[in-house]
Amino acid sequence: MIKDITIGQYIPGDTTVHNLDPRIKIIITFVFITLLFFVGNYFSYLYIVAFMGLAIGLSKISLKFIVKGLKPLIVIILLTVVLNAFMTQGEVIYRLWGLSITREGLYQAGFMGLRLIFLITGASLLTLTTSPIALTDGIEKLLSPLKRIGVPAHELAMMMTIALRFIPTLLEETDKIMKAQMARGADFETGNLINRAKAMVPLLVPLFISAFRRADELALAMEARCYRGGEKRTRMKQLKLEFRDYSAMMIVAAFCFLVIWSR
Amino acid sequence: MPVKVENLTHIYMKDSVFEHVAIDNISFEIQDGEFIGLIGHTGSGKSTLIQHLNGLLKPSSGKVFIDGEELGSKEIQMKKVRQKVGLVFQYPEYQLFEETVYKDVAYGPRNLGLSEDEVDARVRKAIGLVGLDFDSISNVSPFELSGGQKRRVAIAGVLAMEPKVLILDEPAAGLDPKGRDEILRGFKTLHEQQKITVVLVSHSMEDIANLVDKVLVMNKGKIAYFDTPRNVFKEAETLEKIGLGVPQVTYLVRELRKKGYPIADCINIDEAKNELLRLFKR
Repeated sequence: MIKDITIGQYIPGDTTVHNLDPRIKIIITFVFITLLFFVGNYFSYLYIVAFMGLAIGLSKISLKFIVKGLKPLIVIILLTVVLNAFMTQGEVIYRLWGLSITREGLYQAGFMGLRLIFLITGASLLTLTTSPIALTDGIEKLLSPLKRIGVPAHELAMMMTIALRFIPTLLEETDKIMKAQMARGADFETGNLINRAKAMVPLLVPLFISAFRRADELALAMEARCYRGGEKRTRMKQLKLEFRDYSAMMIVAAFCFLVIWSR
Repeated sequence: MPVKVENLTHIYMKDSVFEHVAIDNISFEIQDGEFIGLIGHTGSGKSTLIQHLNGLLKPSSGKVFIDGEELGSKEIQMKKVRQKVGLVFQYPEYQLFEETVYKDVAYGPRNLGLSEDEVDARVRKAIGLVGLDFDSISNVSPFELSGGQKRRVAIAGVLAMEPKVLILDEPAAGLDPKGRDEILRGFKTLHEQQKITVVLVSHSMEDIANLVDKVLVMNKGKIAYFDTPRNVFKEAETLEKIGLGVPQVTYLVRELRKKGYPIADCINIDEAKNELLRLFKR
Protein backbone atom coordinates (compact mmCIF):
# COMPACT_ATOMS: atom_id res chain seq x y z
CA MET A 1 0.00 0.00 0.00
CA ILE A 2 2.54 2.56 1.16
CA LYS A 3 5.54 0.78 -0.27
CA ASP A 4 5.95 2.89 -3.41
CA ILE A 5 7.86 5.71 -1.76
CA THR A 6 11.39 5.86 -3.14
CA ILE A 7 12.62 9.08 -1.54
CA GLY A 8 15.21 8.26 1.08
CA GLN A 9 15.52 4.70 -0.15
CA TYR A 10 18.98 3.16 -0.41
CA ILE A 11 20.01 0.87 -3.26
CA PRO A 12 23.05 -1.17 -2.28
CA GLY A 13 25.91 -1.27 -4.74
CA ASP A 14 29.68 -1.38 -5.07
CA THR A 15 30.47 1.54 -7.34
CA THR A 16 32.74 4.57 -7.06
CA VAL A 17 29.78 6.71 -6.08
CA HIS A 18 28.63 4.22 -3.43
CA ASN A 19 32.11 3.95 -1.99
CA LEU A 20 32.85 7.68 -1.76
CA ASP A 21 33.36 8.98 1.74
CA PRO A 22 29.90 10.01 3.03
CA ARG A 23 31.29 13.33 4.25
CA ILE A 24 32.49 14.15 0.75
CA LYS A 25 29.17 13.05 -0.73
CA ILE A 26 27.22 15.30 1.64
CA ILE A 27 29.50 18.26 0.91
CA ILE A 28 29.30 17.62 -2.84
CA THR A 29 25.50 17.48 -2.65
CA PHE A 30 25.39 20.82 -0.87
CA VAL A 31 27.88 22.37 -3.28
CA PHE A 32 25.84 21.01 -6.18
CA ILE A 33 22.58 22.45 -4.82
CA THR A 34 24.21 25.83 -4.26
CA LEU A 35 25.72 25.66 -7.72
CA LEU A 36 22.26 25.20 -9.21
CA PHE A 37 21.42 28.73 -8.08
CA PHE A 38 24.48 30.08 -9.87
CA VAL A 39 23.37 28.71 -13.21
CA GLY A 40 22.86 31.81 -15.37
CA ASN A 41 21.60 30.46 -18.70
CA TYR A 42 20.41 27.33 -20.46
CA PHE A 43 23.90 26.71 -21.81
CA SER A 44 25.24 26.29 -18.27
CA TYR A 45 22.71 23.52 -17.68
CA LEU A 46 24.71 21.45 -20.14
CA TYR A 47 27.48 21.27 -17.55
CA ILE A 48 24.96 20.33 -14.86
CA VAL A 49 23.53 17.62 -17.14
CA ALA A 50 27.04 16.35 -17.83
CA PHE A 51 27.80 16.23 -14.12
CA MET A 52 24.55 14.46 -13.24
CA GLY A 53 25.09 12.06 -16.15
CA LEU A 54 28.56 11.27 -14.87
CA ALA A 55 27.35 10.71 -11.31
CA ILE A 56 24.33 8.61 -12.27
CA GLY A 57 26.34 6.64 -14.83
CA LEU A 58 29.04 5.83 -12.30
CA SER A 59 26.48 4.87 -9.64
CA LYS A 60 24.83 2.35 -12.04
CA ILE A 61 21.39 3.32 -10.74
CA SER A 62 18.78 2.93 -13.44
CA LEU A 63 17.24 6.15 -14.76
CA LYS A 64 13.82 4.54 -14.27
CA PHE A 65 14.36 4.63 -10.54
CA ILE A 66 15.40 8.28 -10.54
CA VAL A 67 12.35 9.22 -12.59
CA LYS A 68 10.17 7.27 -10.16
CA GLY A 69 11.58 9.40 -7.36
CA LEU A 70 10.44 12.55 -9.16
CA LYS A 71 6.85 11.38 -9.48
CA PRO A 72 5.56 12.35 -6.03
CA LEU A 73 6.91 15.88 -6.57
CA ILE A 74 5.49 16.33 -10.05
CA VAL A 75 2.71 18.59 -8.72
CA ILE A 76 5.18 21.03 -7.20
CA ILE A 77 7.27 21.06 -10.37
CA LEU A 78 4.24 21.64 -12.59
CA LEU A 79 2.93 24.38 -10.31
CA THR A 80 6.28 26.17 -10.46
CA VAL A 81 6.39 25.89 -14.23
CA VAL A 82 2.81 27.11 -14.72
CA LEU A 83 3.10 29.99 -12.26
CA ASN A 84 6.33 31.16 -13.84
CA ALA A 85 4.92 30.91 -17.34
CA PHE A 86 1.89 33.06 -16.54
CA MET A 87 3.21 35.48 -13.97
CA THR A 88 6.31 36.86 -15.69
CA GLN A 89 6.04 40.27 -17.39
CA GLY A 90 7.22 40.61 -20.96
CA GLU A 91 6.41 40.01 -24.62
CA VAL A 92 3.03 38.24 -24.88
CA ILE A 93 2.96 35.22 -27.20
CA TYR A 94 -0.30 33.49 -26.22
CA ARG A 95 -3.50 34.45 -24.41
CA LEU A 96 -5.72 32.11 -22.42
CA TRP A 97 -8.83 33.30 -20.49
CA GLY A 98 -7.37 36.72 -19.87
CA LEU A 99 -4.06 35.30 -18.72
CA SER A 100 -1.08 35.65 -20.93
CA ILE A 101 2.02 33.61 -21.49
CA THR A 102 5.11 35.66 -22.22
CA ARG A 103 8.32 34.71 -23.96
CA GLU A 104 10.26 35.65 -20.84
CA GLY A 105 7.80 33.62 -18.78
CA LEU A 106 8.40 30.48 -20.81
CA TYR A 107 12.15 30.98 -20.55
CA GLN A 108 11.87 31.44 -16.80
CA ALA A 109 9.47 28.49 -16.39
CA GLY A 110 11.78 26.03 -18.13
CA PHE A 111 14.65 27.40 -16.14
CA MET A 112 12.94 26.95 -12.78
CA GLY A 113 11.53 23.55 -13.71
CA LEU A 114 14.98 22.25 -14.61
CA ARG A 115 16.43 23.70 -11.43
CA LEU A 116 13.86 21.86 -9.31
CA ILE A 117 14.34 18.60 -11.18
CA PHE A 118 18.10 18.71 -10.75
CA LEU A 119 17.70 19.71 -7.12
CA ILE A 120 15.59 16.64 -6.40
CA THR A 121 17.69 14.22 -8.44
CA GLY A 122 20.89 15.51 -6.83
CA ALA A 123 19.53 15.08 -3.33
CA SER A 124 17.98 11.69 -4.03
CA LEU A 125 21.21 10.44 -5.59
CA LEU A 126 22.84 11.04 -2.21
CA THR A 127 20.34 8.87 -0.33
CA LEU A 128 20.13 6.29 -3.13
CA THR A 129 23.85 5.60 -2.96
CA THR A 130 24.56 6.09 0.73
CA SER A 131 23.38 3.71 3.42
CA PRO A 132 21.59 5.44 6.30
CA ILE A 133 24.37 4.38 8.66
CA ALA A 134 27.07 5.90 6.46
CA LEU A 135 24.96 9.01 6.04
CA THR A 136 24.57 9.62 9.76
CA ASP A 137 28.24 8.78 10.28
CA GLY A 138 29.09 11.47 7.80
CA ILE A 139 26.73 13.98 9.39
CA GLU A 140 28.14 13.26 12.82
CA LYS A 141 31.71 13.80 11.61
CA LEU A 142 30.77 16.98 9.78
CA LEU A 143 28.99 18.34 12.86
CA SER A 144 31.70 17.32 15.31
CA PRO A 145 33.56 20.66 15.19
CA LEU A 146 30.34 22.19 16.53
CA LYS A 147 30.54 20.01 19.66
CA ARG A 148 32.74 22.70 21.22
CA ILE A 149 29.86 25.16 21.18
CA GLY A 150 27.53 22.57 22.68
CA VAL A 151 25.90 20.92 19.66
CA PRO A 152 25.22 17.27 20.62
CA ALA A 153 26.51 15.87 17.30
CA HIS A 154 26.64 12.23 18.32
CA GLU A 155 23.18 12.26 19.89
CA LEU A 156 21.70 13.95 16.83
CA ALA A 157 23.29 11.38 14.55
CA MET A 158 22.12 8.51 16.74
CA MET A 159 18.56 9.84 16.74
CA MET A 160 18.64 10.11 12.96
CA THR A 161 19.96 6.58 12.59
CA ILE A 162 17.25 5.21 14.84
CA ALA A 163 14.52 7.21 13.13
CA LEU A 164 15.63 6.00 9.69
CA ARG A 165 15.95 2.46 10.97
CA PHE A 166 12.35 2.47 12.16
CA ILE A 167 10.65 3.87 9.07
CA PRO A 168 10.27 0.48 7.37
CA THR A 169 9.34 -1.19 10.65
CA LEU A 170 6.58 1.30 11.33
CA LEU A 171 5.32 1.12 7.75
CA GLU A 172 5.07 -2.64 8.10
CA GLU A 173 3.32 -2.25 11.44
CA THR A 174 0.84 0.22 9.93
CA ASP A 175 0.08 -2.22 7.16
CA LYS A 176 -0.47 -5.02 9.65
CA ILE A 177 -2.77 -3.06 11.97
CA MET A 178 -4.71 -1.68 9.01
CA LYS A 179 -5.35 -5.19 7.77
CA ALA A 180 -6.31 -6.43 11.22
CA GLN A 181 -8.87 -3.63 11.59
CA MET A 182 -10.12 -4.15 8.03
CA ALA A 183 -10.71 -7.78 8.97
CA ARG A 184 -13.03 -6.37 11.65
CA GLY A 185 -14.91 -4.34 9.07
CA ALA A 186 -12.98 -1.07 9.29
CA ASP A 187 -13.22 1.17 6.26
CA PHE A 188 -10.34 3.57 5.62
CA GLU A 189 -11.20 4.58 2.10
CA THR A 190 -14.76 5.90 1.87
CA GLY A 191 -16.80 8.51 3.69
CA ASN A 192 -16.33 12.23 4.26
CA LEU A 193 -13.33 13.86 5.88
CA ILE A 194 -14.65 13.63 9.46
CA ASN A 195 -15.61 9.98 9.12
CA ARG A 196 -12.25 9.16 7.63
CA ALA A 197 -10.43 10.95 10.44
CA LYS A 198 -12.51 8.98 12.94
CA ALA A 199 -11.68 5.75 11.12
CA MET A 200 -7.99 6.47 11.74
CA VAL A 201 -8.33 6.14 15.53
CA PRO A 202 -8.29 2.31 15.51
CA LEU A 203 -5.12 2.55 13.44
CA LEU A 204 -3.29 5.32 15.29
CA VAL A 205 -3.83 4.16 18.87
CA PRO A 206 -2.24 0.72 18.36
CA LEU A 207 0.48 2.29 16.21
CA PHE A 208 1.47 4.79 18.91
CA ILE A 209 1.40 2.12 21.58
CA SER A 210 3.62 -0.13 19.54
CA ALA A 211 6.02 2.72 18.71
CA PHE A 212 6.41 3.49 22.41
CA ARG A 213 6.83 -0.18 23.19
CA ARG A 214 9.55 -0.50 20.56
CA ALA A 215 11.31 2.62 21.83
CA ASP A 216 11.27 1.19 25.34
CA GLU A 217 12.62 -2.15 24.21
CA LEU A 218 15.33 -0.52 22.12
CA ALA A 219 16.45 1.70 25.00
CA LEU A 220 16.65 -1.36 27.23
CA ALA A 221 18.60 -3.34 24.64
CA MET A 222 21.04 -0.47 24.18
CA GLU A 223 21.56 -0.07 27.91
CA ALA A 224 22.01 -3.81 28.31
CA ARG A 225 24.94 -3.44 25.93
CA CYS A 226 26.34 -0.54 27.94
CA TYR A 227 25.55 2.27 25.54
CA ARG A 228 26.11 5.64 27.17
CA GLY A 229 26.45 8.24 24.46
CA GLY A 230 29.28 9.52 22.30
CA GLU A 231 32.03 10.06 24.86
CA LYS A 232 35.13 8.03 23.98
CA ARG A 233 33.23 5.80 21.57
CA THR A 234 35.39 4.27 18.86
CA ARG A 235 34.16 3.01 15.51
CA MET A 236 34.66 -0.18 13.65
CA LYS A 237 34.93 1.66 10.35
CA GLN A 238 37.00 4.84 10.51
CA LEU A 239 36.21 7.35 7.79
CA LYS A 240 39.34 8.08 5.78
CA LEU A 241 39.72 10.16 2.65
CA GLU A 242 41.13 8.24 -0.29
CA PHE A 243 42.27 8.96 -3.80
CA ARG A 244 38.74 8.72 -5.24
CA ASP A 245 37.48 11.26 -2.69
CA TYR A 246 40.14 13.79 -3.73
CA SER A 247 39.41 13.13 -7.42
CA ALA A 248 35.69 13.64 -6.82
CA MET A 249 36.40 16.97 -5.16
CA MET A 250 38.60 18.03 -8.08
CA ILE A 251 35.89 17.11 -10.59
CA VAL A 252 33.25 19.04 -8.67
CA ALA A 253 35.56 22.03 -8.42
CA ALA A 254 36.09 21.91 -12.19
CA PHE A 255 32.34 21.84 -12.85
CA CYS A 256 31.82 24.72 -10.41
CA PHE A 257 34.37 26.76 -12.30
CA LEU A 258 32.75 25.94 -15.66
CA VAL A 259 29.25 26.86 -14.51
CA ILE A 260 30.25 30.14 -12.91
CA TRP A 261 32.55 31.04 -15.79
CA SER A 262 29.79 30.47 -18.36
CA ARG A 263 27.31 32.76 -16.65
CA MET B 1 -19.49 -21.84 2.98
CA PRO B 2 -16.99 -23.74 0.89
CA VAL B 3 -13.71 -21.96 0.27
CA LYS B 4 -12.25 -22.60 -3.14
CA VAL B 5 -8.86 -21.46 -4.40
CA GLU B 6 -8.04 -21.77 -8.08
CA ASN B 7 -4.56 -21.38 -9.57
CA LEU B 8 -3.70 -18.69 -7.03
CA THR B 9 -0.38 -16.90 -7.49
CA HIS B 10 0.85 -13.96 -5.47
CA ILE B 11 3.97 -11.99 -6.30
CA TYR B 12 5.26 -9.28 -3.96
CA MET B 13 6.85 -6.13 -5.44
CA LYS B 14 6.23 -7.27 -8.98
CA ASP B 15 8.60 -5.94 -11.66
CA SER B 16 11.20 -4.69 -9.22
CA VAL B 17 14.53 -6.01 -8.01
CA PHE B 18 12.78 -7.17 -4.85
CA GLU B 19 10.25 -9.32 -6.74
CA HIS B 20 9.30 -12.37 -4.71
CA VAL B 21 6.86 -15.15 -5.54
CA ALA B 22 5.08 -15.94 -2.27
CA ILE B 23 2.40 -18.24 -3.66
CA ASP B 24 2.97 -20.22 -6.80
CA ASN B 25 -0.12 -21.41 -8.66
CA ILE B 26 -2.00 -23.36 -5.98
CA SER B 27 -5.51 -24.80 -5.99
CA PHE B 28 -7.51 -26.45 -3.22
CA GLU B 29 -10.97 -26.59 -1.67
CA ILE B 30 -12.17 -26.48 1.92
CA GLN B 31 -15.61 -27.97 2.67
CA ASP B 32 -18.16 -26.67 5.16
CA GLY B 33 -17.42 -27.43 8.77
CA GLU B 34 -13.91 -28.75 8.23
CA PHE B 35 -11.13 -28.06 10.70
CA ILE B 36 -8.04 -27.44 8.58
CA GLY B 37 -4.47 -27.18 9.81
CA LEU B 38 -2.05 -25.04 7.82
CA ILE B 39 1.61 -25.75 8.36
CA GLY B 40 4.77 -24.67 6.61
CA HIS B 41 8.24 -23.34 7.21
CA THR B 42 8.64 -19.59 7.90
CA GLY B 43 8.30 -17.83 4.55
CA SER B 44 6.45 -20.69 2.88
CA GLY B 45 3.49 -18.44 2.05
CA LYS B 46 1.03 -19.30 4.85
CA SER B 47 0.33 -15.74 5.93
CA THR B 48 0.04 -14.56 2.34
CA LEU B 49 -2.40 -17.36 1.60
CA ILE B 50 -4.75 -16.65 4.51
CA GLN B 51 -4.90 -12.97 3.65
CA HIS B 52 -6.30 -13.94 0.27
CA LEU B 53 -9.15 -15.83 1.87
CA ASN B 54 -10.83 -12.66 3.09
CA GLY B 55 -9.67 -10.36 0.33
CA LEU B 56 -7.04 -8.38 2.22
CA LEU B 57 -4.59 -9.25 -0.53
CA LYS B 58 -5.50 -9.47 -4.18
CA PRO B 59 -4.18 -12.36 -6.25
CA SER B 60 -1.53 -11.59 -8.86
CA SER B 61 -3.37 -14.23 -10.84
CA GLY B 62 -5.93 -16.91 -10.08
CA LYS B 63 -9.23 -16.83 -8.21
CA VAL B 64 -10.62 -17.22 -4.71
CA PHE B 65 -14.26 -18.22 -4.22
CA ILE B 66 -16.15 -17.92 -0.94
CA ASP B 67 -19.60 -19.50 -1.07
CA GLY B 68 -19.37 -19.67 -4.83
CA GLU B 69 -18.76 -15.94 -5.19
CA GLU B 70 -15.46 -14.75 -6.61
CA LEU B 71 -13.56 -12.29 -4.43
CA GLY B 72 -12.66 -9.11 -6.25
CA SER B 73 -15.59 -9.24 -8.64
CA LYS B 74 -17.57 -6.03 -8.78
CA GLU B 75 -20.86 -7.22 -7.29
CA ILE B 76 -19.29 -8.52 -4.12
CA GLN B 77 -18.99 -6.33 -1.02
CA MET B 78 -15.70 -6.74 0.79
CA LYS B 79 -17.30 -5.92 4.16
CA LYS B 80 -19.67 -8.87 3.77
CA VAL B 81 -16.81 -11.18 2.87
CA ARG B 82 -14.84 -10.07 5.92
CA GLN B 83 -17.86 -10.73 8.09
CA LYS B 84 -18.18 -14.25 6.69
CA VAL B 85 -14.46 -14.97 6.90
CA GLY B 86 -12.99 -13.91 10.25
CA LEU B 87 -9.23 -13.55 10.41
CA VAL B 88 -7.25 -13.50 13.65
CA PHE B 89 -3.73 -12.29 12.95
CA GLN B 90 -0.58 -13.25 14.81
CA TYR B 91 -0.32 -11.39 18.12
CA PRO B 92 -3.81 -9.92 17.70
CA GLU B 93 -3.54 -8.12 21.07
CA TYR B 94 -1.54 -5.38 19.28
CA GLN B 95 -4.69 -4.27 17.48
CA LEU B 96 -6.62 -3.36 20.66
CA PHE B 97 -7.38 0.34 20.85
CA GLU B 98 -10.59 1.15 22.73
CA GLU B 99 -11.02 2.43 26.27
CA THR B 100 -12.86 -0.63 27.49
CA VAL B 101 -12.95 -4.29 26.59
CA TYR B 102 -16.64 -3.97 25.76
CA LYS B 103 -16.10 -1.20 23.22
CA ASP B 104 -13.20 -3.00 21.61
CA VAL B 105 -15.13 -6.21 21.11
CA ALA B 106 -18.10 -4.17 19.86
CA TYR B 107 -15.98 -2.45 17.18
CA GLY B 108 -16.47 -5.21 14.61
CA PRO B 109 -20.25 -5.68 15.04
CA ARG B 110 -20.75 -1.89 15.02
CA ASN B 111 -18.88 -1.69 11.71
CA LEU B 112 -21.42 -4.17 10.39
CA GLY B 113 -24.15 -1.65 11.21
CA LEU B 114 -26.05 -3.88 13.63
CA SER B 115 -28.56 -2.58 16.19
CA GLU B 116 -27.27 -1.84 19.71
CA ASP B 117 -29.23 -4.80 21.11
CA GLU B 118 -27.68 -7.16 18.61
CA VAL B 119 -24.21 -5.68 19.27
CA ASP B 120 -24.68 -6.15 23.00
CA ALA B 121 -25.79 -9.75 22.58
CA ARG B 122 -22.84 -10.54 20.34
CA VAL B 123 -20.30 -8.92 22.65
CA ARG B 124 -21.60 -10.90 25.64
CA LYS B 125 -21.50 -14.12 23.64
CA ALA B 126 -18.02 -13.52 22.22
CA ILE B 127 -16.50 -12.66 25.60
CA GLY B 128 -18.08 -15.83 27.00
CA LEU B 129 -16.75 -17.93 24.12
CA VAL B 130 -13.13 -17.00 24.86
CA GLY B 131 -13.62 -17.96 28.51
CA LEU B 132 -13.66 -14.52 30.12
CA ASP B 133 -16.16 -13.27 32.69
CA PHE B 134 -18.29 -10.55 31.11
CA ASP B 135 -19.27 -8.70 34.29
CA SER B 136 -15.79 -8.37 35.73
CA ILE B 137 -13.99 -7.54 32.49
CA SER B 138 -16.27 -5.56 30.19
CA ASN B 139 -15.49 -2.14 31.70
CA VAL B 140 -11.77 -2.66 32.20
CA SER B 141 -9.28 -1.01 29.84
CA PRO B 142 -7.81 -3.69 27.56
CA PHE B 143 -4.33 -2.27 28.24
CA GLU B 144 -4.55 -3.21 31.93
CA LEU B 145 -5.03 -6.90 31.18
CA SER B 146 -2.41 -9.64 31.18
CA GLY B 147 -0.98 -10.87 27.88
CA GLY B 148 -3.20 -13.95 27.75
CA GLN B 149 -6.34 -11.96 28.56
CA LYS B 150 -5.51 -9.35 25.90
CA ARG B 151 -5.17 -12.17 23.37
CA ARG B 152 -8.61 -13.49 24.34
CA VAL B 153 -10.21 -10.07 24.08
CA ALA B 154 -8.69 -9.58 20.62
CA ILE B 155 -9.95 -12.98 19.51
CA ALA B 156 -13.39 -12.14 20.94
CA GLY B 157 -13.31 -9.04 18.74
CA VAL B 158 -13.20 -11.29 15.67
CA LEU B 159 -15.65 -13.87 17.03
CA ALA B 160 -18.18 -11.09 17.61
CA MET B 161 -18.38 -10.73 13.84
CA GLU B 162 -19.84 -14.27 13.92
CA PRO B 163 -17.85 -15.53 10.94
CA LYS B 164 -18.73 -18.75 9.16
CA VAL B 165 -15.07 -19.38 8.42
CA LEU B 166 -12.53 -18.61 11.13
CA ILE B 167 -8.87 -18.30 10.23
CA LEU B 168 -6.36 -18.29 13.06
CA ASP B 169 -2.71 -17.38 12.52
CA GLU B 170 -0.80 -19.01 15.37
CA PRO B 171 -3.36 -18.02 17.99
CA ALA B 172 -1.40 -19.67 20.79
CA ALA B 173 2.06 -18.22 20.02
CA GLY B 174 3.74 -16.84 23.12
CA LEU B 175 1.14 -18.12 25.60
CA ASP B 176 1.92 -20.36 28.57
CA PRO B 177 1.00 -24.07 28.25
CA LYS B 178 -2.22 -23.68 30.24
CA GLY B 179 -3.30 -20.65 28.24
CA ARG B 180 -2.62 -22.30 24.92
CA ASP B 181 -4.51 -25.45 25.85
CA GLU B 182 -7.52 -23.42 26.96
CA ILE B 183 -7.55 -21.26 23.87
CA LEU B 184 -7.13 -24.16 21.45
CA ARG B 185 -9.75 -26.24 23.22
CA GLY B 186 -12.03 -23.22 22.99
CA PHE B 187 -11.67 -23.21 19.22
CA LYS B 188 -12.36 -26.93 19.03
CA THR B 189 -15.55 -26.52 21.07
CA LEU B 190 -16.59 -23.57 18.96
CA HIS B 191 -16.00 -25.63 15.84
CA GLU B 192 -18.07 -28.53 17.15
CA GLN B 193 -20.96 -26.47 18.55
CA GLN B 194 -21.36 -23.80 15.88
CA LYS B 195 -20.27 -25.99 12.95
CA ILE B 196 -18.00 -23.27 11.61
CA THR B 197 -15.07 -23.93 9.34
CA VAL B 198 -11.71 -23.32 11.03
CA VAL B 199 -8.29 -22.85 9.46
CA LEU B 200 -5.52 -23.05 12.05
CA VAL B 201 -1.98 -21.97 11.25
CA SER B 202 0.40 -23.55 13.72
CA HIS B 203 4.00 -24.57 14.23
CA SER B 204 3.06 -27.20 16.78
CA MET B 205 2.69 -30.60 15.15
CA GLU B 206 1.04 -31.87 18.37
CA ASP B 207 -1.74 -29.28 18.09
CA ILE B 208 -2.25 -30.14 14.45
CA ALA B 209 -2.43 -33.87 15.20
CA ASN B 210 -4.88 -33.35 18.07
CA LEU B 211 -7.24 -30.85 16.52
CA VAL B 212 -7.57 -30.90 12.77
CA ASP B 213 -9.37 -33.03 10.16
CA LYS B 214 -7.00 -32.22 7.32
CA VAL B 215 -3.57 -30.63 7.02
CA LEU B 216 -2.44 -28.32 4.26
CA VAL B 217 1.35 -28.35 4.05
CA MET B 218 2.96 -25.42 2.27
CA ASN B 219 6.49 -25.39 0.92
CA LYS B 220 8.03 -22.49 -1.02
CA GLY B 221 4.64 -21.21 -2.13
CA LYS B 222 3.34 -24.58 -3.27
CA ILE B 223 1.18 -27.21 -1.64
CA ALA B 224 3.29 -30.15 -0.53
CA TYR B 225 0.43 -32.19 0.98
CA PHE B 226 -3.29 -31.76 1.63
CA ASP B 227 -4.48 -34.80 3.53
CA THR B 228 -5.42 -36.14 6.97
CA PRO B 229 -2.79 -35.68 9.70
CA ARG B 230 -2.34 -39.44 9.83
CA ASN B 231 -1.36 -39.65 6.17
CA VAL B 232 0.73 -36.48 6.22
CA PHE B 233 2.72 -37.47 9.30
CA LYS B 234 3.72 -40.72 7.59
CA GLU B 235 6.05 -38.58 5.48
CA ALA B 236 8.41 -37.67 8.33
CA GLU B 237 11.53 -37.50 6.14
CA THR B 238 9.99 -35.19 3.55
CA LEU B 239 8.46 -33.00 6.25
CA GLU B 240 11.86 -32.62 7.90
CA LYS B 241 13.42 -31.71 4.59
CA ILE B 242 11.01 -28.76 4.27
CA GLY B 243 11.72 -27.52 7.78
CA LEU B 244 8.81 -29.21 9.55
CA GLY B 245 8.47 -32.38 11.58
CA VAL B 246 6.01 -34.82 13.10
CA PRO B 247 4.66 -34.97 16.68
CA GLN B 248 7.17 -36.12 19.30
CA VAL B 249 5.13 -39.23 20.01
CA THR B 250 5.25 -40.19 16.34
CA TYR B 251 9.05 -40.03 16.48
CA LEU B 252 8.98 -42.24 19.58
CA VAL B 253 6.80 -44.85 17.93
CA ARG B 254 8.98 -44.84 14.81
CA GLU B 255 12.08 -45.41 16.95
CA LEU B 256 10.38 -48.31 18.68
CA ARG B 257 9.51 -49.86 15.36
CA LYS B 258 13.11 -49.52 14.19
CA LYS B 259 14.12 -51.45 17.30
CA GLY B 260 11.85 -54.28 16.14
CA TYR B 261 8.62 -53.71 18.04
CA PRO B 262 5.53 -54.33 15.84
CA ILE B 263 3.78 -51.01 16.54
CA ALA B 264 1.50 -49.00 14.25
CA ASP B 265 2.03 -45.31 13.44
CA CYS B 266 0.53 -43.00 16.08
CA ILE B 267 -0.04 -39.26 15.93
CA ASN B 268 -1.18 -38.52 19.47
CA ILE B 269 -0.58 -39.63 23.03
CA ASP B 270 -3.86 -41.57 23.41
CA GLU B 271 -3.22 -43.68 20.35
CA ALA B 272 0.34 -44.36 21.44
CA LYS B 273 -0.88 -45.35 24.91
CA ASN B 274 -3.33 -47.89 23.49
CA GLU B 275 -0.76 -49.28 21.10
CA LEU B 276 1.83 -49.66 23.84
CA LEU B 277 -0.65 -51.34 26.18
CA ARG B 278 -1.63 -53.72 23.41
CA LEU B 279 2.02 -54.45 22.71
CA PHE B 280 3.08 -55.18 26.27
CA LYS B 281 -0.01 -57.07 27.41
CA ARG B 282 0.88 -59.94 25.16
